[in-house]
Amino acid sequence: MTNKIRVATTSLAGCFGCHMSFLDLDERLVQLAEVVEFDRSPITDIKHCTNCDIGLIEGGVCNSENVHVLREFRKNCKILVAVGACAINGGLPALRNFIPLEECLAEAYLDGIGVENPQIPSDPELPLLLDKVYPIHEVVKIDYFLPGCPPSADVFWKFLSDLIEGRDPSLPYELVHYD
Amino acid sequence: MSKTITIDGRTIPFEEGQTIMEAATAAGIYIPHLCHHPEYTPHGSCKLCTVKVNGRVCSACTFPAMEGQDVLNDTKELRDDRRKITQMLFVEGNHLCPGCEKSGNCRLQAVAYYLNMLDNHFPHFYAKREIDASHPDVMIDHNRCIFCTLCVRASQQKDGKDVFAISGRGINKHLIVNAQSGLLKDTNLEVADEAAHICPTGAILIKRTGFQVPIGQRIYDHQEIDQVSLETEHPRHDE
Amino acid sequence: MRRFIQDLAEENHNQATHLLQILRAIQTRYHYVPMDAIEQLAGLLHIPRTQIISVVEFYSFFHLNPRGQYELLISDSITDHMLGKINLTGYLAKQLNVAVGAVREDGVVSLDNTSCTGMCDQGPAGLVNGYPLTRLDQPRIDRIADLINQQRPLNEWPRELFQVNDNLIKSGLLLGHTIAPGEALEATFKRGFQQTLAEINQSGLRGRGGAGYTTGLKWHLCYEGPEEDAFCDIATQKRQPRYVICNADEGEPGTFKDRVLLNSFAHQVFEGMTVCAAIIDATHGFLYLRGEYLFLYDKLQTILGERRQAGLLGNNILGQGFDFDIEIRLGAGAYICGEESALIESLEGKMGIPRNRPPYPVTQGYLGKPTVVNNVETFLAAAGIAVYGSDWFASVGTEKSKGTKILSISGDCSQPGIYEYLFGTTIQAILNDCGAADVLGVQVGGPSGTFISSQELNRKLAFEDLATGGSFIIFNNTRNILDAVHNFTHFFAHESCGFCTPCRVGTSLLKKQLDKIVEGHGSAGDVVALEELCQLVKNHSHCGLGQTAANPILTTLERYPEIYQSQLKKISYEPGFDLDGALETARRMANRNDAGAHLAQTAEDHE
Repeated sequence: MTNKIRVATTSLAGCFGCHMSFLDLDERLVQLAEVVEFDRSPITDIKHCTNCDIGLIEGGVCNSENVHVLREFRKNCKILVAVGACAINGGLPALRNFIPLEECLAEAYLDGIGVENPQIPSDPELPLLLDKVYPIHEVVKIDYFLPGCPPSADVFWKFLSDLIEGRDPSLPYELVHYD
Repeated sequence: MSKTITIDGRTIPFEEGQTIMEAATAAGIYIPHLCHHPEYTPHGSCKLCTVKVNGRVCSACTFPAMEGQDVLNDTKELRDDRRKITQMLFVEGNHLCPGCEKSGNCRLQAVAYYLNMLDNHFPHFYAKREIDASHPDVMIDHNRCIFCTLCVRASQQKDGKDVFAISGRGINKHLIVNAQSGLLKDTNLEVADEAAHICPTGAILIKRTGFQVPIGQRIYDHQEIDQVSLETEHPRHDE
Repeated sequence: MRRFIQDLAEENHNQATHLLQILRAIQTRYHYVPMDAIEQLAGLLHIPRTQIISVVEFYSFFHLNPRGQYELLISDSITDHMLGKINLTGYLAKQLNVAVGAVREDGVVSLDNTSCTGMCDQGPAGLVNGYPLTRLDQPRIDRIADLINQQRPLNEWPRELFQVNDNLIKSGLLLGHTIAPGEALEATFKRGFQQTLAEINQSGLRGRGGAGYTTGLKWHLCYEGPEEDAFCDIATQKRQPRYVICNADEGEPGTFKDRVLLNSFAHQVFEGMTVCAAIIDATHGFLYLRGEYLFLYDKLQTILGERRQAGLLGNNILGQGFDFDIEIRLGAGAYICGEESALIESLEGKMGIPRNRPPYPVTQGYLGKPTVVNNVETFLAAAGIAVYGSDWFASVGTEKSKGTKILSISGDCSQPGIYEYLFGTTIQAILNDCGAADVLGVQVGGPSGTFISSQELNRKLAFEDLATGGSFIIFNNTRNILDAVHNFTHFFAHESCGFCTPCRVGTSLLKKQLDKIVEGHGSAGDVVALEELCQLVKNHSHCGLGQTAANPILTTLERYPEIYQSQLKKISYEPGFDLDGALETARRMANRNDAGAHLAQTAEDHE
């Protein structure tokens, strides 16, 4: 075992844009890799997270699988972070919150233009949709929030360096953006 | 001999009849606000300009400056409370900044940045609100209305019209327009009206102007709202 | 309809200030306010249609969509709940085949809840087309349902259904020494206005609405007015008109004393107003009567008529060259209008939104003119003082709270009703009188007041200890405090005018956060969050409603933290919404019910 800080990441109802932004750390990723190792994340392809120091969650909660994944992260991560607009307030996926789920499903699978063989998918393998897209802080307790759509690489860098160096993380004015 | 008050320990002069907000602005001190605009009758509803005057909580935009007042403005306690009041506005409406063309030029967003608001803290209401795109030049997105009444006041006090009003009670408050059909296109609003431009958020937008200014050059991309406010919101002296 | 609206507007002199009265008449006639009526009125009153729409949407008794020909409203005061309101409403809904909050398909009847109707001593209570129904029980509901199903007009309904009793149980200084019509005015003319004001001042009389502002000082400030101000028209040197307003918008749940004072002591109340008018030099007065007290309207008009006949109102009162008259205006279901500046806005035909202060009503009130707004009981006391003098009043009570207080006692006691007590009386003594046993606590001053526990029964009725507008609701040990807190918190969210952010959003958030805890979804952090939110709403709200909306939570959290704690789960966090319920639509549409189609409420529940 190393003494490296273990970080897990995932995207729930998100677009992986926050993850792409994370990759914008570019050469700083090498620096980061000296002190951090990744648990579950798109980089490692680990399917379930184990004990971690930090969990970074992108996206809101739109279905039952998101709930299970979010809980797994909460259970295994000492610090859980909401990353990006969708995790914080539902973001653009939450635009469906103003349309009843019934209508959304009907439009997509029953009576929308171009629908053939209309039926609501019912395979038990498929996660069911929640009535609304919820911000993650309404489902589990969240310790920190990184706003932005996406948060810039500098936001990740500032936040992680604060944590790694034992400071209480904070974001200066120029790093706070909601878009 | 001019009369004075102190704000956060700094002594500043004021003229008889000025509010604390007006005295502060004249002295180059920013007090956060959304419903206040120097050209219109103070409203006192958003409560972001809450200050402590001799220990008592007051709205700076409506409370008159009086000799000897000891005003607290930029304290941690007030910043924390103002942040929570801003968070209330964010969960009440549907403020999804990434999809809003006002983003970067929005005073609600800018105040939230200024207060270092990183999340919305409270549970979201996700109230269903409509969009009125009937007018050829101006649209209303009710999702973003914060009931500051600036459009109501601008229409009455500057445009000499009565296009907007706030109706309903409590959490069911909503913006209405003065047309039998209830649609903006049937009002006498014109694109040149001040009321069409005064909205601090993206609730009233001029069509075909969105996203013209690239990210990085928008009002609040590099400047904080305190600076912008003090530079642009000069109190009128002709009254 | 055009004819009706036109006549109605004319009767009201096409005055926009009469908007509420006009809309009341339209609502009564058509069971809603049609858009066509709004269009026509906007023209007749020369106001934008938006002002009319906003007023209709502000007041609970106005509707843009049709209500039933019989509009039934059931009072939602905690005392109605304690008397079995929920089951009775369910029974009523079943008998009438209408859902709560809905209009029956045939349009004959609608059913809904309404804030406290001021009948807590004879609940469960309701309103049918604005008139009070008291002591509701199953037999009465059966009769009411029959009458509605037979579509019998209200004037053919048995009178006893509408019977409202005074339940005046204990009289004291004021209610035991009433005055004859004209007595206070004669004494005032004899003594002189300034001398009478001095008596009012020396009596130590403070406002009876609860806030306790010194009455004499208020009258003095109004008399002085803003004439010395640079803003006034010095050229004409003409004194501005002044107004006297009697605040009978008794909306605080659990209060019903004004109902009794206006039913049985109205002469003295009107006389107090007239004395005030003489002192401050006003010619016009208003009685702002809460809409729920419509049943008193005709009777009060008759009394005003009698007073005009007797030379006690109108021109040249008692031959002294003093002119003053009183107009009765009805409210339309808005608690906030009990706040004096909101009341004034309402009188001006607008939404009841509290004004920014300063300026205060004493300098800029109704139509911007100097105005005294006092409680019904304050005017009653002032008339007594005008007759009997300041010592009569000041010799009883406490140092800072002179005289007596009239209480509306309800809840768990054998004799609910009206009681008059000397200030300084202990809560225990009051409980003994009204037959309260096994007391858990008392809500003193209504939801906006204080909940005191059985450990504090030696506390005293006084501005310096327990200030109250008169609401006194007793809870015995069979009650769950959280039921009351829940009821009160929902009440404030319903009644918030919505003007300022902390109250508009905050009272709704308080409701959500309290419900989360009460419904058992809370964890330790949720109580901390609740308390923080309480402080925010209390400290930053624009007016007394928001500033006191968190009191039910704060005062019970302080006394019974363990009750809140016992609701909490021993986990770090639980969602505030029903997770499994959020899957219901998808489950139904996908026709699934396997284990994977369900969610436990918390991660811990899985294990």
